[in-house]
Amino acid sequence: MLRLALLGAPNCGKSSLFNALTGGKAKVANYPGVTVEYRKGEFALPSGQEIELLDLPGVYGDCGHSMDERVALDAVRGDLDGERAPDAILFMMDASHINTHLHNVLQAKNHGLPIILVLNMMDMAARDGITIDLTALEREIGIPVISCVAVRGSGRSLLLDFLEDWGGDVTHGSAAKPDPEQIDLKDLQARARSITSNAVSRVQKAETFSQRIDNWVLHPFFGIILLFIILFVMFQAVYTWSGPAMDLIETGISLLQRGAAAILPEGLITSLVVDGVIAGVGAVLVFLPQIIILFAFILLLEASGYMARAAFLVDTLMAKVGLNGRAFIPLLSSFACAIPGIMSARTIEQERDRLTTILIAPLMTCAARWPVYFLIIGAFVPAEKVGPFSQQGLVAFGLILVGVFFALLMAAIFKRTLTKGASSGLLIELPSYKAPVFKDYLIGLWDRGMIFVNRAGRIILPASVLIWGLMSFPTHATTTAQTWAGKVGGLIEPILRPIGFNLEIAISLIPAMAAREVAVSSLATIYSIGEVDTDVKLTELIAANWTLPTALAFLAWFVFAPQCLSTFAIIRKETNSWKWPLFAFGYLFVLAYFAAGITYHTALAMGLS
Amino acid sequence: MIKRLTDLAKNETGTIVDFDETDPRLSVRLREIGFAEGDSVTPLHFGLFGKNPMSVRVNGALIALRRKDAHAILLKSIPTEVTP
Ligand SMILES: Nc1nc2c(ncn2[C@@H]2O[C@H](COP(=O)(O)OP(=O)(O)O)[C@@H](O)[C@H]2O)c(=O)[nH]1
Ligand SMILES: [Mg+2]
Repeated sequence: MLRLALLGAPNCGKSSLFNALTGGKAKVANYPGVTVEYRKGEFALPSGQEIELLDLPGVYGDCGHSMDERVALDAVRGDLDGERAPDAILFMMDASHINTHLHNVLQAKNHGLPIILVLNMMDMAARDGITIDLTALEREIGIPVISCVAVRGSGRSLLLDFLEDWGGDVTHGSAAKPDPEQIDLKDLQARARSITSNAVSRVQKAETFSQRIDNWVLHPFFGIILLFIILFVMFQAVYTWSGPAMDLIETGISLLQRGAAAILPEGLITSLVVDGVIAGVGAVLVFLPQIIILFAFILLLEASGYMARAAFLVDTLMAKVGLNGRAFIPLLSSFACAIPGIMSARTIEQERDRLTTILIAPLMTCAARWPVYFLIIGAFVPAEKVGPFSQQGLVAFGLILVGVFFALLMAAIFKRTLTKGASSGLLIELPSYKAPVFKDYLIGLWDRGMIFVNRAGRIILPASVLIWGLMSFPTHATTTAQTWAGKVGGLIEPILRPIGFNLEIAISLIPAMAAREVAVSSLATIYSIGEVDTDVKLTELIAANWTLPTALAFLAWFVFAPQCLSTFAIIRKETNSWKWPLFAFGYLFVLAYFAAGITYHTALAMGLS
Repeated sequence: MIKRLTDLAKNETGTIVDFDETDPRLSVRLREIGFAEGDSVTPLHFGLFGKNPMSVRVNGALIALRRKDAHAILLKSIPTEVTP
């Protein structure tokens, strides 16, 4: 099959084109550094010719400064393990950036593969008054140039038409190989500039749309205030908008429980279904509306072009603790999940800076921790308003800030000890603002929702069954401590008792190694086995059974939450050693333990109960 | 005296003449992302503390960088007029 590689600078629309052609689901967002791995997909041209397409991380030149750039260059050179080199290159470029980036395609000619230039985002270029003489460009560069709007069907038709003929030529080996260019970057740039000065003309506008917005967004003072407001509103919305949807899900779950109890014969089977499966999985699924609202905001920020601006605004802070400016984006992705976050640290050139970023990424509040926060906050913080603000939203925001604070503190400590060394700067292109592509946006939201729901099926369901089993035997047990679960939990409970954790918490923390939100489902199963009335909400059970100091200690623990096997697996993979995942686990455990302990005893001393 | 990108005020335009090669990797990086001799550069935004980082308009693109890195971009000593 014909194999084509999508090469080009970050954020020029490669993944958008890839998704549109192959029906793939590569992540698309309006900031550099979204794609850090290669991805393969297939599609067929109208004529039936089959093509395999490679989506690659963005690269500026041919040096491969950072890991993600090396992945892309290795792919093109056929140096990736188990992958052959592509037959030809589709070099993509943001048409509005042709003046700055043209030398990149000249460099890419030196790969020696048949190559075409796909000038993408022609819609934006037209809007900004940029006209490009494609014939002149083609003549000067010496390779075919095709204009394209990756996000529109009509915008891709020229490219598809062209591929019909050219694809056949490449297959038969009759497609022209490009003439090699000079190697020296300075000479290439000079040549690129002389080409664009003839082929590209810009209507000088006083101020573009993006510039006008940036005067506010990047304002040294108002910009930071705006960033705070955005984050604040986001967390408030998560709490205030989710109520009705959550009530609906809760009603559904309790109907299901009652239905199951009515149909099934009295006894163990009913208990397994009602207390094990439905209570456990349901306890986490209730939080789906909150997760959806959270991601509705995050995806909007990602698609609009705001993310790179946020990186600019907080860079001073990053520099103060010695972090690389590029670390911001991996850390931000870690709010969804530390795994993609840790992987996107590949965009950081210096190994030491990359390592620092990887080590602190688990301190960002990932989506799996939200159910824990929601549960405990729901149980102990009244759903009242402080002025116009939801009190619960304020507490959640506070917990997240605590996580961020400790991430920065740890970064500062690591940079002065373990990962000492100068860190490089920011150097990031700020993309122009774009309205989100509605379809991509919905797909992104759907994907995030499905990840959450799938985890409920894949991890939480088996974990709930397991906990139910351990809690239900031996059948003559009358207290939790006498059950198998109680015996297992009893092994670690002595370690956790000094920080205020009870036996139920100890039991729930063990399966939560698989996924943090399993702590919530396990607590649901544990408490619902002992509970006759299925209509009592988990939050009410927790509120009745825990003291406030214990609940606060539990929250403090989850700010650090060392347990998550997949995080350590990815750290092991990305650092290629056992040392760093073990170290990360160790330091997170120590922090979690002390934070919980200090919180517990402070709360006790303050007389809270 | 050599004029550098870091010497420009907000909205002031300069022309790149050369790169400081003290850190050769840095100058390659700067070139690759889109700075070259002859380009007009205009700082548009500065960070809150010490004007760090800064964002620079070059050929229609907007690039954010720290002053430490911007220092390696050398400019023609007489600033050209701001083109309206
Ligand atoms: N207006 C417009 N936006 C586009 C086009 N192609 C991509 N985008 C947007 O540009 C941003 C970057 O796209 P992405 O595919 O992630 O770029 P990549 O980094 O090269 O993979 C996203 O916000 C896309 O929605 C296009 O042709 N026109
Ligand atoms: Mg991409």
